[in-house]
Amino acid sequence: MDAQSITTKERLAIPRQEMLSQNPEVRSHNFQEVNLGYTKELAQREALRCLQCKDPACIKGCPVNIKIDQFIKLIADGDFPGAARKIKEDNVLPAVCGRVCPQEDQCEKMCILTKKYTSVAIGNLERFAADYERETGQVELPQVARPTGKKVAVIGSGPAGLSCANDLVQLGHAVTVFEALHELGGVLMYGIPEFRLPKEIVKAEIEGMKKLGVNFITNAVAGRSITVDELLKEEEFDAVFIGVGAGLPWFMGIPGENLLGVYSANEFLTRVNLMKSYQFPDNDTPVFNCTGKNVAVFGGGNTAMDAVRTARRLGAEHAYIVYRRSEAEMPARLEEVHHAREEGIEFLMLMNPLEFIGNEAQWLTGAKCLRMELGEPDDSGRRRPVPIKDSEFILPIDMAVISIGNGSNPLIKQTTPDIEVSKRDTIVVDINTMATSKENVYAGGDIVTGGATVILAMGAGRTAAAAIHEKLMGTAGVS
Amino acid sequence: MHKIVSAIFLAENIKKIEIEAPRIAKKRKAGQFVMIRVNETGERIPLTIAGSDPEKGTITIIVQGMGKSTRELNSKEAGESIHDIVGPLGAPSHIEKFGTAVSIGGGLGAAIAYPTAVALKEAGNYVITINGARSKELVILEEEMRAVSDEAYITTDDGSYGFHGFVTQKLQELIDSGRAIDYVLAIGPIPMMKAIAEVTRPYHIKTIVSLNPIMVDGTGMCGGCRVTVDNQLKFACVDGPEFDAHLVDFKNLSDRNKMYLPQERQAVETLTHKCNLQKQL
Ligand SMILES: Cc1cc2nc3c(=O)[nH]c(=O)nc-3n(C[C@H](O)[C@H](O)[C@H](O)COP(=O)(O)OP(=O)(O)OC[C@H]3O[C@@H](n4cnc5c(N)ncnc54)[C@H](O)[C@@H]3O)c2cc1C
Ligand SMILES: Cc1cc2nc3c(=O)[nH]c(=O)nc-3n(C[C@H](O)[C@H](O)[C@H](O)COP(=O)(O)OP(=O)(O)OC[C@H]3O[C@@H](n4cnc5c(N)ncnc54)[C@H](O)[C@@H]3O)c2cc1C
Ligand code: SF4
Ligand code: SF4
Ligand code: FES
Repeated sequence: MDAQSITTKERLAIPRQEMLSQNPEVRSHNFQEVNLGYTKELAQREALRCLQCKDPACIKGCPVNIKIDQFIKLIADGDFPGAARKIKEDNVLPAVCGRVCPQEDQCEKMCILTKKYTSVAIGNLERFAADYERETGQVELPQVARPTGKKVAVIGSGPAGLSCANDLVQLGHAVTVFEALHELGGVLMYGIPEFRLPKEIVKAEIEGMKKLGVNFITNAVAGRSITVDELLKEEEFDAVFIGVGAGLPWFMGIPGENLLGVYSANEFLTRVNLMKSYQFPDNDTPVFNCTGKNVAVFGGGNTAMDAVRTARRLGAEHAYIVYRRSEAEMPARLEEVHHAREEGIEFLMLMNPLEFIGNEAQWLTGAKCLRMELGEPDDSGRRRPVPIKDSEFILPIDMAVISIGNGSNPLIKQTTPDIEVSKRDTIVVDINTMATSKENVYAGGDIVTGGATVILAMGAGRTAAAAIHEKLMGTAGVS
Repeated sequence: MHKIVSAIFLAENIKKIEIEAPRIAKKRKAGQFVMIRVNETGERIPLTIAGSDPEKGTITIIVQGMGKSTRELNSKEAGESIHDIVGPLGAPSHIEKFGTAVSIGGGLGAAIAYPTAVALKEAGNYVITINGARSKELVILEEEMRAVSDEAYITTDDGSYGFHGFVTQKLQELIDSGRAIDYVLAIGPIPMMKAIAEVTRPYHIKTIVSLNPIMVDGTGMCGGCRVTVDNQLKFACVDGPEFDAHLVDFKNLSDRNKMYLPQERQAVETLTHKCNLQKQL
């Protein structure tokens, strides 16, 4: 079978090709990547499954409209670097998105094959093309336009900030990224664990941007080290893009949340991923010693899955997901739930914590929980969990991770009162341009939407970059 | 990388370090702190900015060797560098003309209270400082404190210098002598801050403490620094570190600071082990 002569019937007969992955027994004790990716052969075989639709529905499911049919064709034809370049026309971080996009809700959901067969593994193919290009050293730096003489400041180096910076620098603007932490990449570095997204990949992408001329300043907290107004006035930036993410962890407000052993997901994951406390004492930052202990993570999203699988890797004997609703309502990517189950994670569904209980020394010993059942659908269309009477019981645990979402960090709001924010403290923008209520200030990503996805944050960064370019060049030479 | 301009011991185990950090030197206000990562494998630790020289572009920190990170920092000399410094963090001290303001520092707390005492003086307050230490050799910043105070007292637990007793006793003495006190700032070990809060509570004297929970990012992202104030959840790194002493749950703070005791011991052991090996070579 080759890409030219294959019939539709033959295409449909090929089963979806699964990626190779580390054995669950082994991987639940290490931090290396779970998925090992496709071989060239597997990738080409999977690519042959794509029907090359006239009007590809998959593209409409991708928030940045990657030319999916075209890049898959290039893979089928064996032009892997060409495939990677085709993807990069629309997405600067394909190796990342191929790994972390909730494909089953986006491109793959819309794929024509989904209804009757199984969808083309678009994410896996995207990942393959990007990895191939990087691993074989065939990454080509894009052309950079002539300098425009304009300066843009980007606050935050998560996916929103990075994609905005990347587009602007290619358009010839001088771009400086200000990042609060000592590492670049936002959630890609401190949130999503190594076993799902190797940090080397994120670093390689950022190195590429440095070569294009993006200036990165770490350890710079907007609102503290420097304010938005100072950037515009004193440092003479022509525009500012705010991509600071949704970084303020929510707690549940139940008794016992300040006991020793209770973490927010952000803290637990930051200690392990950013500060590498799984290598303690070689790295100085400690984390609770999970070995042989019982750990419960409260929540059902990607963050919760990352936290519980991390606890497992740190040696937890029992690692639970405790979720208020049923498994069908969990917002986490399917693949993560599947991998978590393979790794021995125990799912306690329809269960709500009421109180954390501790010992004399204030160490956590258990969570008092209530069982729930599903009632009528709520505003979000999901069936609302309602408590079952007298169903309280105590789940014995030594460590808890609260993973119920994030709000907005107050620093920018406090120091830049003329940027309009919503009741939830997210920044209000015009969605066509990402312009805020403050002149020459744009925003995008989780700080605008609340916790969402990598690809949506990147899309917002690109929209803003286009609007900033138009604004800066449209007025060039006028004054 | 930030170059150390000078590093001198003020007392055994307490070092004053001046570091290049021009942006922070320009911006910082009294009561704010930095997060420092000594080297690439280091943890991020919070340290108060004791002073700055915006012209020179330097900030000063005063560090007490407690565990691995602070001891490592204290082993640094002028000319060496520090990997990461971020700041200024935390809300600046609320400064106004209160009238008579008493600044109380216990041990290293004197260093943390110093910049705020300076600001209180500049705002026109009558400043009384009380600095306590276990004994004479551990008294720090005496000259500096005297220079910004209208009245300055030193207390030592063993009576080897100044007033024999605790800072709380000295404060009580001032109150008993009928002095009108409008504002108290107390910084030091948790039991000391708690005791000061109890001294001033019956008199309804506005009392501020600076809390020292364990921190990770220092920007409000992790919630590790959460403290209970007035029965509400607060993040010390953005909402504080200064809070109303009469509303703070000190017990919870002191419990939470014990979270990593076993690991802290292990870290110090590896550090001393390394030092011993180096000595043998
Ligand atoms: C654990 C976890 C797992 C996830 N898994 C997935 C997944 O599998 N798939 C998916 O699509 N999405 C996932 N998400 C969501 C996704 O990561 C986010 O939607 C995305 O990262 C948002 O990008 P952003 O650029 O808006 O913000 P962020 O990635 O949060 O980046 C913001 C950056 O700004 C910096 N910053 C904050 N405040 C300041 C300031 N004042 N000054 C300077 N810098 C500042 C922060 O340090 C950070 O580096 C996950 C999120 C988490 C937490
Ligand atoms: C806002 C703020 C400002 C601070 N300013 C200064 C300063 O100017 N100079 C200075 O020397 N120290 C200051 N500290 C305390 C300093 O951060 C800690 O001593 C340091 O983090 C301990 O790290 P370590 O690895 O050396 O010790 P560890 O081994 O981590 O701890 C040693 C001992 O210190 C206690 N401890 C741990 N973390 C803290 C903490 N954050 N605060 C207090 N005790 C802690 C532990 O319970 C233990 O008993 C400040 C803390 C905060 C929160
Ligand atoms: S970026 Fe995400 S949604 Fe778009 S094609 Fe790739 S995996 Fe699918
Ligand atoms: S919808 Fe599916 S089959 Fe059609 S082009 Fe897209 S990936 Fe290929
Ligand atoms: S140190 Fe992380 S929120 Fe304060």
